[in-house]
Amino acid sequence: MSVESIPIPASREDRSLEVPVWQMRVGTRLSRIAAVIGVVVVLALAALPAIASRNLIQDLIFVLTMLTLAQLWNALAGWGGLVSVGQQAFVGLGAYALFAGIVMLGLDPVVAIPLAGLFAALIAAVLGPLLFRLEGPYFAIGSWVAAEALRLICAQFKSLGGGTGMSISPGELSQMVGLKTVQALLGLRPAAARDVLVYWLALALAVLVTLGIYAFMRSRMGLALAASRDNAAAARSVGVRTARIRHALWIAVAFATGMVGAMVYLQKARISPDAAFSVTDWTAYVIFIVVIGGVRTIEGPMVGVLLLWGLVTYLAQYGSLYLVVLGSLAILIMLFMPKGVWGEVARRRHVQLFPTQRWLARSR
Amino acid sequence: MSGFDTIIEGVLLGGVYALFALGLSLIFGIMRLVNLAHGDLILLAAYLVFSATTVLGVPLAVATLLVVATMFVLGFVLQRLVLERVLGDDILPPLLVTFGLSIVIQNGLLLGYGADSRRLQAGAFESSSVTLAPGLSVGLAPLAALVTAVAAVTLLQLIFYRTSLGRAFRATADSPAIAQLMGINERNVYAVAVGLSLAVSVIAAIVFGIRASFDPSIGPARLLYAFEAVIIGGLGSLWGTLAGGIVLGLAQAIGGRLNPEWQILAGHLTFLAVLMVRPRGLFPARRT
Amino acid sequence: MTALLDVTALDAFYGDFQALFGIDFELREGEAVAVIGANGAGKSTMLKSLAGLVRNRPDSIRFSGRPIGDAPAASIVRLGLALVPEGRQLFPSLSVEENLLIGAYGGERTTPWDLAAVYRMFPVLKERRRGAVTALSGGQQQMVAIGRALMSNPSVLLCDEISLGLAPIVVEDIYRMLPQIRAGGTAVVLVEQDIARALRAADRFYCLQEGRVTLSGRPNDVDQETIRAAYFGT
Repeated sequence: MSVESIPIPASREDRSLEVPVWQMRVGTRLSRIAAVIGVVVVLALAALPAIASRNLIQDLIFVLTMLTLAQLWNALAGWGGLVSVGQQAFVGLGAYALFAGIVMLGLDPVVAIPLAGLFAALIAAVLGPLLFRLEGPYFAIGSWVAAEALRLICAQFKSLGGGTGMSISPGELSQMVGLKTVQALLGLRPAAARDVLVYWLALALAVLVTLGIYAFMRSRMGLALAASRDNAAAARSVGVRTARIRHALWIAVAFATGMVGAMVYLQKARISPDAAFSVTDWTAYVIFIVVIGGVRTIEGPMVGVLLLWGLVTYLAQYGSLYLVVLGSLAILIMLFMPKGVWGEVARRRHVQLFPTQRWLARSR
Repeated sequence: MSGFDTIIEGVLLGGVYALFALGLSLIFGIMRLVNLAHGDLILLAAYLVFSATTVLGVPLAVATLLVVATMFVLGFVLQRLVLERVLGDDILPPLLVTFGLSIVIQNGLLLGYGADSRRLQAGAFESSSVTLAPGLSVGLAPLAALVTAVAAVTLLQLIFYRTSLGRAFRATADSPAIAQLMGINERNVYAVAVGLSLAVSVIAAIVFGIRASFDPSIGPARLLYAFEAVIIGGLGSLWGTLAGGIVLGLAQAIGGRLNPEWQILAGHLTFLAVLMVRPRGLFPARRT
Repeated sequence: MTALLDVTALDAFYGDFQALFGIDFELREGEAVAVIGANGAGKSTMLKSLAGLVRNRPDSIRFSGRPIGDAPAASIVRLGLALVPEGRQLFPSLSVEENLLIGAYGGERTTPWDLAAVYRMFPVLKERRRGAVTALSGGQQQMVAIGRALMSNPSVLLCDEISLGLAPIVVEDIYRMLPQIRAGGTAVVLVEQDIARALRAADRFYCLQEGRVTLSGRPNDVDQETIRAAYFGT
């Protein structure tokens, strides 16, 4: 990737003698090749609906939304030290805000998606200061309690189906922005065209979130966050306002998580409190993806989501057994390969596709 | 009288929540471990008792002893083989491992026992009641739950403050490195603590399983109630945890009286309110 | 006669950092030996190695002939080596009496030191036995730390900087108890920065500098100039 150059100036005479100038770098040759491949893959994925079956598109919506959730959770828990097991709160809030926007306010679904994200972020901003009062590991259960409370509150809205949930009729969605264009472009029925539209939105969000987290981790704030996770007291003493950065991260993650929830439920067009606030679907799977792929790497969630997709394809029919296998796998990986599949590869081969470490190099 | 009934109901419910909470509080206090599988382990204990009474056909008292011993050993082994490897400065690994364990136990129970509701049979005991005052009678089972909770707190307090094991627990919690210099094997102390936590959870499971029906999916909710009782009561005090359980039980009973749909929500909101007003809990330990 | 404690060519490491280089050291039954040296000379590391807090090659430390270099701290104290750690390190959750009682946790050796004996030596602790250790003065806390170590009835008592941060008169009080402790048959290793104080109390001494023994002998056989040279490396 790019080279962040912070030349350390040598004295004037030295420079004339062609003494090397030191640079701070984070890129490697491999990471530049990976960037090119990444662009090609994203373009190919964007063009895919022209030839792909509706089933594959739906599968890929699952993969892309889970990838986004995994990247977000990894940023929050892995780097930020905020180990939330209540991310379903923001998926559910985003989904409910989308349905409220469409049903109650008559908003266009595509417009309602960012608003749903904003709503999730707003609730996160209110809950954050409360939950941050809980010491380290207790924050985890606290976030779960908050998610349960929000599920029960959403179930109180009779106009949104109460405890049993509701569906949006295809008619209500047929006028949404961009749908006609997609229909005309690919010659699809409205339902299939809606899948493609959501697919593109999910792809865009996955790319943006991944690049956004990567940029954040390479920024001064990202460094400060990593430092504060390793030792909050020490980081505070050198002037890193860890609480503020964590709070901002928490809100930003809720914003993007809320948008994912809105997209997922726009595609499903059916919502219920139990599904939208499911700890298994929106937090357990997400955690397993990150753990299996590799905590605290950008590549880990990508590897993890592909492995999960493979497992889903072969094992999902076994229901509970599938989750027993997945949970056991995650435990075994934490015990014997704590950096995950990608972390192990990176350690053995010294590869990093999204390098976040800085190193000094001589520039010519 | 109906308002008074609600309060009695809430206090008695609180006894069950305090029992859920004791095991969680115990291992957090000693080893700073938050066990996300706590609720599912309570459920596992309930199912083991269920199997012992129905499949083996032993009386409830015998089943209790068998399962207490089983869960103690399970906790000891769990700590030595699994949790011990991930405990450290990083809070992420133990949380993820216990979360994984929660999913595994929950779905394992679903595989083994199916999704049907079960209930522990305690004969005539479960439906009988005692009259406290004219027009005011309480069920024997809920009353027994509260009495059991008080007994359990008393017993744990005695272990903590009157035995050499209790001193070892507290010393290890203060400083594991210095505790070793006293000849305390910290690995064993931790393993005994987890074993004790699960043994107490068996009592919680039985008291709960006699009062209400259970199915494999309700473990996480038990974890949340346990946690709420601990935080409402204040960290570091077992009597505080009992009081926290009662506050939670009261909140749920009053909420449920207003509207049956609000019962659980009222508990969660009370927890959040306590967190807002008294983040250290209502009855925190005096020492910091 | 073989030594009670026999250290041969001890190299101690903290990760990649080597703190001790080929230390030879011995302690005979009932003896008092001082280990002196400047800050960072390796005195504390040596005591931590003996107490099992720093692991080493098994045969680099022998206790009554038995290799204990890699034994865990919890089993070393049961064999009869007790450490009074630097900075006292009492357990704040435990009362004064409980801090003493936990010293006897192993429970295998019961004489001559028990609660009554410790209270006879430090009567003030008996008055404060139900109180919190955090409410004690520094000197009283040091008495608890020493009493706690004695409760395991060690044949060797390892004292790490017991005079650190205490008023001279309090230090005097504590050192006055040394003969009583030795009378019970306990050998003592004193690690001190206060050279004069340590040498007065000891039968023999070792001087460490940068992880090596630079001088050893009897206090009266060596003149001040030699000690100063060994201490500062001039």
